[in-house]
Amino acid sequence: MLELTNTRHNPLIDPQLAVWSWEIPVYLFLGGLVAGLMVLGGLAMRRVARGEDSRAFFSMQAPLLGFVLINLGMGALFLDLTHKLYVWRVYLTLQPTSPMSWGSWVLLLVYAALLVSALVRLDEGWPWLARRVPALSRVSVALIERPAWLAALGWTNIVLGVAVGIYTGILLNTMVARPLWNSAILGPLFLFSGLSAGAATLHLASALWPGRPAPQGMIGGAFASTVQPIGAQPPAKHTINGLIRYDQLFLVVELVLIALLLVNLYTSSASHAHAAALIVSGPYAAAFWGLVVGLGVLLPIVWQALELSQRVRHTVVPAVLVLVGGFTLRWIMVNAGQLSHIVPVASLAY
Amino acid sequence: MPRFGMVIDTRKCVGCMDCVVACQTENDVPHGFCRDWITTEVRGTFPDLRMEIRSERCNHCDNPPCVTCCPTGASHVEDFGKVVLVTANKCIGCKACIAACPYDARYVHPDGYVDKCTFCHHRTKDGIDPACVSVCPTRCMHFGDLDDAQSTVSQLLRSRDHHTLLPEAGTRPRVFYLR
Repeated sequence: MLELTNTRHNPLIDPQLAVWSWEIPVYLFLGGLVAGLMVLGGLAMRRVARGEDSRAFFSMQAPLLGFVLINLGMGALFLDLTHKLYVWRVYLTLQPTSPMSWGSWVLLLVYAALLVSALVRLDEGWPWLARRVPALSRVSVALIERPAWLAALGWTNIVLGVAVGIYTGILLNTMVARPLWNSAILGPLFLFSGLSAGAATLHLASALWPGRPAPQGMIGGAFASTVQPIGAQPPAKHTINGLIRYDQLFLVVELVLIALLLVNLYTSSASHAHAAALIVSGPYAAAFWGLVVGLGVLLPIVWQALELSQRVRHTVVPAVLVLVGGFTLRWIMVNAGQLSHIVPVASLAY
Repeated sequence: MPRFGMVIDTRKCVGCMDCVVACQTENDVPHGFCRDWITTEVRGTFPDLRMEIRSERCNHCDNPPCVTCCPTGASHVEDFGKVVLVTANKCIGCKACIAACPYDARYVHPDGYVDKCTFCHHRTKDGIDPACVSVCPTRCMHFGDLDDAQSTVSQLLRSRDHHTLLPEAGTRPRVFYLR
């Protein structure tokens, strides 16, 4: 028998660690989603640069939508900070051992890449701004007319997207005190979850008001340019199918990575096995198996496979489920991770 | 430069919490928080029971995960004494250090920055023991330079069986408990 009593009573620390609330899962989810948008947007830009315009309809949406969402995510992160007035301190230093420090600097590059990328189809996406600020329009024309620049911008988006996607997992990964986070698989898992969330978001965005003329005004134009496909015609069916195929690949890889994460934790130390049990059979099991694995990954894979083979009618339901699963994954990992702790070797019964 | 550490004799500690109160008074610890605390561990099967009472705090680890994860350098290892400190006006309150600490030794101060035991750095740099060590009525707490072979802490560690908390975390803590 081992009985421990403790007089410590620090808020948010005792009886169990709960320093990170809803803000961090929201930030990690939106960060991953934007990473997915950047990778998909980058791929689209490379297609446009090669002269294949077939899927270019989301080359405007993805960066501008990403810009809006990354701001929402950073807003959530800012709300989480408890010493908010000192946030600028992050940008006075680079701490080589701190993923959060690296991530803060990479996010600056992400902001720049998203804003430049949003100019690519400015004239069609948000004509109001193109008319008011001709200099932006000239940048847009310069990018479109130089395929090499566009391809380089595409690669920049892809590289930064992968970096941010992995960063959202590595951020948790480095904390030795929380065994649930101590797997290097967390980085790739969050990346692929973010990629599938990005594909699902584009899928949703392109299905909202397909084929209607974009509003020309300031606010309506800005809104439409983030969520409405460019052009008077709805996106061709094969472009939507292409997006779904990407999503299928991401979801299958995500499923494999979830399995590898569990194998990794269960075959590691007692602390890690104890941590894995929190999500496999413990208090987070219902949400993990039900919302993440079942509704968030398996059901969309099957449903979208049926859509692609034209056995069921195409809907946006699988895309919504993917987003629900993606957010729940972050929510579970942040909360169960805080609950996980190192099991003292001395406390193990022999 | 010294490398400060603490040695606590669990055979003498009675869990009176004088160290806790002394710390709160000395460091103006806000109401409802504590930088040090008492843990009572009972092990075995009746009637073969063994009780260990420990005064616990930040372990000022040689390999501190709270320092490596800090994005601003607010959490740092101070040159004098190699103690782990937090610079309040560099801390953004991201709480990564709290999540990274295996000992849950940190907390968010009501003013927003992260706070913890400093080994009473303001006292030890003048050669005075930390407040908790000074007030201990059973003299079970010892403080000194672990790199000085002649210091009391080094001599105790050489002569007595001892352990640290969660050595498996690999943080190399510098608060030692004599058995």
